[in-house]
Amino acid sequence: MKSVLFFDLAVHFSLKKNTSTMSGSSNLVTMKKVVQQLRFEASINRVKVSQAAADLQQFCMQNAMQDPLLTGVSSSTNPFRPQKVCSFL
Amino acid sequence: NLMTDESPRVPEMATQEVQPNETLTHLKTESDTLKTKLEEERAKLHDVELHQVAEKVDGLGQFIMKTRRTLKGHGNKVLCMDWCKDKRRIVSSSQDGKVIVWDAFTTNKEHAVTMPCTWVMACAYAPSGCAVACGGLDNKCSVYPLSLDKNENLAAKKKSVAMHTNYLSACSFTNSDMQILTSSGDGTCALWDVESGQLLQSFHGHAADVLCLDLAPSETGNTFVSGGCDKKANVWDMRSGQCIQSFETHESDINSVRYYPSGDAFASGSDDATCRLYDLRADREVAIYSKESIIFGVSSVDFSLSGRLLFGGYNDYTINVWDVLKGTRVSILFGHENRVSTLRVSPDGTAFCTGSWDHTLRV
Repeated sequence: MKSVLFFDLAVHFSLKKNTSTMSGSSNLVTMKKVVQQLRFEASINRVKVSQAAADLQQFCMQNAMQDPLLTGVSSSTNPFRPQKVCSFL
Repeated sequence: NLMTDESPRVPEMATQEVQPNETLTHLKTESDTLKTKLEEERAKLHDVELHQVAEKVDGLGQFIMKTRRTLKGHGNKVLCMDWCKDKRRIVSSSQDGKVIVWDAFTTNKEHAVTMPCTWVMACAYAPSGCAVACGGLDNKCSVYPLSLDKNENLAAKKKSVAMHTNYLSACSFTNSDMQILTSSGDGTCALWDVESGQLLQSFHGHAADVLCLDLAPSETGNTFVSGGCDKKANVWDMRSGQCIQSFETHESDINSVRYYPSGDAFASGSDDATCRLYDLRADREVAIYSKESIIFGVSSVDFSLSGRLLFGGYNDYTINVWDVLKGTRVSILFGHENRVSTLRVSPDGTAFCTGSWDHTLRV
């Protein structure tokens, strides 16, 4: 069993560590694209974290009562309540 | 302007090869300068932490969450699952090559397909509920229409939609059955037309395997976020193919990304054992969900309906439930007997489902 498990893990890890398709920074075209992308990213509008955080919090508060996992649901309305087992009498 | 051919003064005898290398150096310098500027701009607006803003919010009480259903039937590790919009059906895929559609209320299996490959790493339910998409080591994403006739052979109606040059890691229908978004070990994401199989747009920018993706809630427009082995989370414009924002604060592979319900932020889960929250308007990481005692990677994350709770499935077989605003853990759930590989909250938020290497799914 153990050897099978290791093989599975090895396959799993090798799948994730696939070699990159992008060449190194010695490629001029690639570098130009990188710079263009960075220029674009540097130019976007940003808001302060205090503002963004306040908005995230407000969304949570506004929707809290409609969040069943947060508020809990009664057994009668819970679609996943424990299944009743039928038995032959 | 560094991009024009401003050649340095060199004697005529100098070789041509000097110029491209000098331009490259200029570009590298500009790249470094821009990266520094980006960090500075982001730092300027970092006036407070999320959990500080949330100090006045009531803490959450004790959470008692129980396993209500256990779905058994896969012969090997469950790798992925997705909910149907009807809030009761689930599609799951496994290392054994099987894709199963379940009724989670009754635990009955409604459909089963055997894929021609093992390691079916991705599966998704179509918005209509009439089809499922899946793929993995076959490098493809295929769509199977679901028939009401249980005797019909689903494999016969299979439609190959996406073709990558490496494994398929994730797939998702857009807001219709007509288009599918995929991510792959080949480092790219792609948008496909289901009917024709045509590639509509490809997304290049990750430097290694892309492991996950999530579409923005439909109200917020045509964007999606992806995460990869390059430790980056990228936000993309679906129409133009451009990467509009990029975040690189994780210390290892990003296995899962999920939008906050408002669409203004997204969470990520990584092999570095942390979950993080990135706000798109502040353009930075705003919270880290971690504990010294948690050392195993996060495989999957999802929010509760209000965004207050973040559920994380971990490789140490547990699920950690985080208070998104305060940054604290509110609950730890046990039950699976091997690593949790996939986790999704149901469409109406009444439950969440997890899939595991222990071959089962739990609701």
